[in-house]
Amino acid sequence: MDKMLQVSSSPHIRSEATTRRIMLDVLIALLPAAFAGIYFFGLNAALLIAVTVLSSVAFEYLMRKVLKRSNTISDLSAAVTGLLLALNLPPDLPVWMAIVGSLFAIVIVKQLFGGLGQNFVNPALAARAFLLVSYGTKMTTWTQPLAAEVDVISYATPLGVLKEGGELPGLLNMFLGRIGGSLGETSALALIIGGVYLLVRGVISWHIPVIYVGTVAVIALIAGANPFYYVLAGGLLLGAIFMATDYTTSPMTKKGVIIYALGCGALTMLFRLYTNMPEGVSYAILLMNVTVPLIDRYTKPKRFGGGARV
Amino acid sequence: MKMELHVFKGGVHPPQSKHTKDCATVLMGVPSKVVIPMVQHIGAPCQPVVKKGDPVKVGQLIGDTEAFVSAPIYSSVSGTVTSVESRIISGSSPIVCVEIAPDGRQEVFEGVKPPVVDSQEAFLKAVRASGLTGLGGAGFPTHIKLNPPKETKVDTLIINAAECEPYITSDNRECIENTPAIVEGIRQVMKWTEIPRAIIGVEDNKPEAIKKLSEAISAIPEIKVCSLKSRYPQGAEKMLIFALTGRQVPPGKLPADAACIVMNVGSVSFLANYLKTGMPLIKKRLTVDGSAVKNPKNVEVLIGTSIQEVIDFCGGFSTEPSKIIMGGPMMGVALPSLEIPIIKNNNAILALDEKKAAIPEESPCIRCGRCVKACPMNLLPFELDRLVKANDFESIGQYNITDCIECGSCVYACPAKRLIVQSIRLGKDHLRRTVKK
Repeated sequence: MDKMLQVSSSPHIRSEATTRRIMLDVLIALLPAAFAGIYFFGLNAALLIAVTVLSSVAFEYLMRKVLKRSNTISDLSAAVTGLLLALNLPPDLPVWMAIVGSLFAIVIVKQLFGGLGQNFVNPALAARAFLLVSYGTKMTTWTQPLAAEVDVISYATPLGVLKEGGELPGLLNMFLGRIGGSLGETSALALIIGGVYLLVRGVISWHIPVIYVGTVAVIALIAGANPFYYVLAGGLLLGAIFMATDYTTSPMTKKGVIIYALGCGALTMLFRLYTNMPEGVSYAILLMNVTVPLIDRYTKPKRFGGGARV
Repeated sequence: MKMELHVFKGGVHPPQSKHTKDCATVLMGVPSKVVIPMVQHIGAPCQPVVKKGDPVKVGQLIGDTEAFVSAPIYSSVSGTVTSVESRIISGSSPIVCVEIAPDGRQEVFEGVKPPVVDSQEAFLKAVRASGLTGLGGAGFPTHIKLNPPKETKVDTLIINAAECEPYITSDNRECIENTPAIVEGIRQVMKWTEIPRAIIGVEDNKPEAIKKLSEAISAIPEIKVCSLKSRYPQGAEKMLIFALTGRQVPPGKLPADAACIVMNVGSVSFLANYLKTGMPLIKKRLTVDGSAVKNPKNVEVLIGTSIQEVIDFCGGFSTEPSKIIMGGPMMGVALPSLEIPIIKNNNAILALDEKKAAIPEESPCIRCGRCVKACPMNLLPFELDRLVKANDFESIGQYNITDCIECGSCVYACPAKRLIVQSIRLGKDHLRRTVKK
């Protein structure tokens, strides 16, 4: 026998799961919401999605070169961040602002902190918050969805109506997505289809979305409001299914995940009900992201066989 | 008879690959030479009691020691000792080995006769004299395991027939082919150690074994057969104890501290045969499988036979092997050479071709938590990996690194293909060396 034998540590077999496959599954799961956004808001939405995804991938490629590190665009995580960011933007946002958002998300929040697995907050949400602060007007100018019933020039989102007053769209429209809002947040149906796909593929588990949304519904009920509106309105479903479930910025322990999801729900409603902001999902998730190391530290699993918890 | 089952937390489901489960054990004859290492167990090495040129017979003592944690070693062939020298057997430091050229006659040593067992002390002496060490792979001298400190009151003897590793089916064949010996062995152990009840744990992927065992013990109320959910690492003793009794072995302690003793099914069956015939441990049943083996099968080989000859007996290689594993694919040891001999606690040889042996490259941890879900010992594997890779050896003790049983479930589950067990081994080694100082 000429060749030498491989001698490496056990185990000698691996499961089929790969990081790339997980990212691909997330992209697939987001497709229904992306298509719904293009359907309801037109071609500018498609342009926004394409530009945001491509610029995110491009920034990752360039930044890795600048940092003299390996090229990681093939793991598809930059593409996922780009698509998530696009779905969080108003459909008629100027394209160059989306590019700025990609830069903030990929270069600053992700690569400058160490790349994949090292970001301390959700890059897409952090970029959205940055854009909201930098370009407030354009980031809060909403578009009337195509084939909507009402015909107005500047359009309010359901959460905006809940805050300022006005006529609320029907629950069916809110479920299908025939309402104003961010590019990917309006169609509950499309988002839920994507969520079910992720559950079936084993990419996410039900805990964060169900507990987060459930908390919002319960608090709405307690506050005397209609829980269905609060669940279907705004970015809650997008946030609970796709953003709060991001692996890197959510807890690693079962107990921790429950605390985290409860916190996201409570903060979301705190912002929605008791502040000037109509929407609270982005800031709620970002704030809970920051508490994750603390949550992880205090929810370590009990030692096998007894003994004190660390 | 079934009992209420607990399931241990975690674990993974690698493909079972039990290709040889219906392959009846084939006896391999006398090889061209045997090389018998003086360490085949956990504990102190034996000293050879023969020298070059000595004639030896089957069952003759060739290595022993006064040290407490040890088990004697016997010749598996009749012939002449050709050398007694240090060799590198596996990754560890050199071990003294006795090489014997067989004469093919397999004459039995005159001293081989059934032991006289009339007391617990005599029983334990006999167990030691048999050379028995944990045949499930651990290699712990059995006479010590069956003699726990008086303070620990053992109430359950657990027989491990789980066999959760992929490929390996030798315990399955033991259950089917040697059922009476298994039952007799259990009764003897229970009698002399005064353990009141025994449970045989078998994974539910072995219906024939469960059936045969259940029939064999149907008239014995003190022995039960329990069907376990097939999941890796169900056969790990801590997981087995938890699944069958609900008890968790405390950290750093032994099963006796959870009032249990665990024995491999092959060990009890061998013990029954030893008490009847007096022939010590000189042969071993093992599964030969893997993508590079032409005719995978279960074989019974004489201890000291080289892996090369065992593979030749199984038709040789079908394709060039890239990795040879002693044991299963999850916890087995990758070997550097085919000239390594089969020893007591070897229960499988796997030969993998290049494709199957390929290890994917590590990529960054995405903190997905699958390793945490998979870990049966409630650890945070990703954190242990991170700490060791960052050379932070201060914190690894706090994260209970010593609780790790190195089962490999975390690495199997990881989508980033992190080499977590490797990191944990480095971390444990660092702790051992710093504590020694």
